[in-house]
Amino acid sequence: MTRLATVGKRIPKLDALEKATGQSRYIQDLKIPEMLYGKILYSRYPHARIVNLDVSRARKLPGVRAVLTGEDIPPIRMGVYKDNPPLKAGKVRSTRDEVAAVAATDPDTARAALDLIEVTYEALAGVFDPETAMQTDAPLIHEAHKSNILKMPWKLHYGDVEAARKDSRHVVQDRFCATWVTHCCLGTSGCIAQFDHANNLTVYSNTQIPSLAQKDFLSALNVMGLSGRRVRVIKPTIGGGFGSKLDTYAYEHIAILLAFHTRKPVRIVFDREEEFIATSTRQPAIMDIAQGCDENGRLLFRDVSMILDNGAYTSWGATTPSVMMMPISSLYKVPNVRYEALCVYTNNTYSQAMRGYGNPQATFAIESVMDMLAEEAGIDPVEFRRINANRPGEISPQGFRITTCGLNECIEAAVQKIKADAPRKKGEGIGFASLIHVGGGARVYKSDGCGTIVKMNDYAQVDVFTGATDMGQGADTVIAQIVAEQLGLDVGDINVMHTDTDVCPWDVGAHASRTTFIAGNSALGAAAKIREQLIEIASRVLEAPPEILELRDGMVIPSENPEKRIKIEKLLRKVHFSPGGNMLMADYFYDPHNENLDREFKGNLSMTYAFGTHGVRVRVDEETGKVEILNYVAAHDVGRAINPMLLEGQVYGGVMMGIGYALTEQVIMEKGEIMNPNFRDYKILTAKDAVPIEAPIIETIDQDGPYGAKGIGEPGCVPTAPAIANAIYNAVGVRIRELPITPERVLAALKQKQGITSCGIDPLTEKEYDCS
Amino acid sequence: MGRKIAFELNSNEITVEIEDHWTLLHLLREKLGLTGTKEGCGSGECGACTVLVDDMAVNSCIYLAAEADRRQVVTIEGMASPEGKLHPIQESFIEKGGIQCGFCSPGMIMSAQALLDETPHPSDEEIRDAIAGNICRCTGYVQIIDAIRAVGKSGDQEAKVMAWQSEPPSGE
Repeated sequence: MTRLATVGKRIPKLDALEKATGQSRYIQDLKIPEMLYGKILYSRYPHARIVNLDVSRARKLPGVRAVLTGEDIPPIRMGVYKDNPPLKAGKVRSTRDEVAAVAATDPDTARAALDLIEVTYEALAGVFDPETAMQTDAPLIHEAHKSNILKMPWKLHYGDVEAARKDSRHVVQDRFCATWVTHCCLGTSGCIAQFDHANNLTVYSNTQIPSLAQKDFLSALNVMGLSGRRVRVIKPTIGGGFGSKLDTYAYEHIAILLAFHTRKPVRIVFDREEEFIATSTRQPAIMDIAQGCDENGRLLFRDVSMILDNGAYTSWGATTPSVMMMPISSLYKVPNVRYEALCVYTNNTYSQAMRGYGNPQATFAIESVMDMLAEEAGIDPVEFRRINANRPGEISPQGFRITTCGLNECIEAAVQKIKADAPRKKGEGIGFASLIHVGGGARVYKSDGCGTIVKMNDYAQVDVFTGATDMGQGADTVIAQIVAEQLGLDVGDINVMHTDTDVCPWDVGAHASRTTFIAGNSALGAAAKIREQLIEIASRVLEAPPEILELRDGMVIPSENPEKRIKIEKLLRKVHFSPGGNMLMADYFYDPHNENLDREFKGNLSMTYAFGTHGVRVRVDEETGKVEILNYVAAHDVGRAINPMLLEGQVYGGVMMGIGYALTEQVIMEKGEIMNPNFRDYKILTAKDAVPIEAPIIETIDQDGPYGAKGIGEPGCVPTAPAIANAIYNAVGVRIRELPITPERVLAALKQKQGITSCGIDPLTEKEYDCS
Repeated sequence: MGRKIAFELNSNEITVEIEDHWTLLHLLREKLGLTGTKEGCGSGECGACTVLVDDMAVNSCIYLAAEADRRQVVTIEGMASPEGKLHPIQESFIEKGGIQCGFCSPGMIMSAQALLDETPHPSDEEIRDAIAGNICRCTGYVQIIDAIRAVGKSGDQEAKVMAWQSEPPSGE
């Protein structure tokens, strides 16, 4: 491959300038003339019948333009299971259930109107723990569903796990638990819905899935009796996504309904408390895992069963087992695999996609047990991983064709950078954990495609219309770099449009770390067509054979005769303004030849897989149980770093989110009510908690990636929790099986290890805490 | 009850009528149309609304507008020179990758400015202290700290700031 001019460079994010100057417009900053403000009334109970709902006083409040309840709206249903109406009628199933909504001329009036709505509830027995909810006598969340267990048969079995268990020299079996955490995007959720006089709908929304959101809103219009109308989705600048915007939510549908009823644009923007309460979480998981190896440390089987708390409604959280399968079947070579997962309705908040999509939970269990099994087998945990590491050219039991694989290099980089051999003081320990993730798209829908249109003007400036979504991760810049590289232009000549379904082509959405790979390949395909046209034109004008023409520095340069070079813009004007002239435009739809999982959950889900290994050095204070991270290394096989600076940003951010997941973050849910809906009590890490992170980049130049790149959006947060748990064990000999690893849990484990059952006196009850 | 306050906003003297209960953030965003200052939580926990009041970084979401009377307020809109030349802190945030989704960036930049005004060459510890009240979910803070450190190291921060501050403020 020739020398790269733009790909591989540390180029600042395209929209960083407008963000640094406060010029970016987020949903909070948008106002439309005559716009009304929408507010939502949520349920007071986690499970109750709505006996009476009186909105008459609210309707009479001056400034109120509409009040809607579940009784007033057509049967719109949201989510993968279509079990979730935007406003609930008859019964509420969680404290985030939307009971009524108001549109008013200003936010204060809308809030005042909510206070005037009178709801009489008849409380029902709730169920807040999935294992209880599975009992036959448990209260039913959805009566029509007849059981709280979702009819989603997450069950796979490759090889013969029972036989392999018998053959195993060493077996470790244990239970691990992970709780709710949430995205905490700095920009809260929000949207504006607006109808024109022909009932075409425009929705300004913070979404990661513009094309799928458009489809959902079209379905809603159909139910509203407005079939055949158009839906346009416009994305303002998005203040963070992390998976939270991978579905359409009640607030968006409510804004649409209010806008339809009032004939005015309606904006709903969440406040922070609402963001905590009414957006979704990563799903909690109870994970039973067994893993065995032979006398040489070769893994023989992995057997995992899980119970997932689905919450009261079904969004993408319920399909995370489809991704959990990936590390379970394919992280390290393991010939016999069994996995079963049950998703269970409860009266808790419902879960969603969140960075890693099930992978952080599953990898916590797998990689914790890897260390336990290594100890059982008397093998160094790093050596144990080397023995079992995936290699290029393998096909995993689930049918994943592993093409490029830098797992071994990642392990070595992590070991070296964390200085595994350096002496350790008392209380210090090191730990490692690896990951596999989709790195070349993920065919979870029928299409995994993305479209791009490229148009070049007479000044050799390029507009790229992509289906991709940028929510801060840098998709815009990576796409611009790829196009610039193809056309021999500067990134400054490339304008990337990704904000409007009226002009941008279709895309599945920003999920599965797929954008660099899929949208990148799509942009590459479109730019390559332009490149071909340019070369052909230049060949004619310069009377030179196409194969000697190079595009570089905004010029077409004949390699054998460089003084005959011509500026691309000059060339374009010649072509445009001549009889029968033409303009340069091209489109390309890239849909990779990866596979949907079949009935046995087999199939090559992704074109390539991303690997990585994290190493961490911790110090555990044995008096307090506090864990301090001294050093962190996150080595990732990224195929190729299109933009190392933005890539490192993804890894650093992912690692810090992962450390929060490991140590501090927890949505505290008490009988279905969130007790800590604010940044004071929900502990995301601050700059004071920033740890030294090194992010070695392993380039394996993937044959299918754009310039060899793989996805890196999610991997940074996947193996952090088990790496830290393993380091804690290495430091003080206690194994923590439940996230987050709070000082209380570490201290309790330390005491238990010393045979002390009391963990002190509870100041409230004045009784002794039992450490267990 | 309404009242009139007069203060200097981004080098311009302004007089404006406010309600007693308004926060400075509300005044800036809703009445003056300066939406560069963000509301991330509304309760002083995230720092997205940070502005400078008499060179001090404050959370404008819990700072009453009335208190700005006769003070000097600088928001993100006042950081670049009137001719559009970026402030070195803004440049550094852009160059070092300190900006992802960007929602925390205006507040983060204002906190950095307050720090560098007082401590032109801060240690990493001082940088972390200064932005401890500014939450960022995207970056893990690494490149933000890099960006602030680079401004401190370059040493030309003061010079550049002085250069545009010495120019006469543009009129009302």
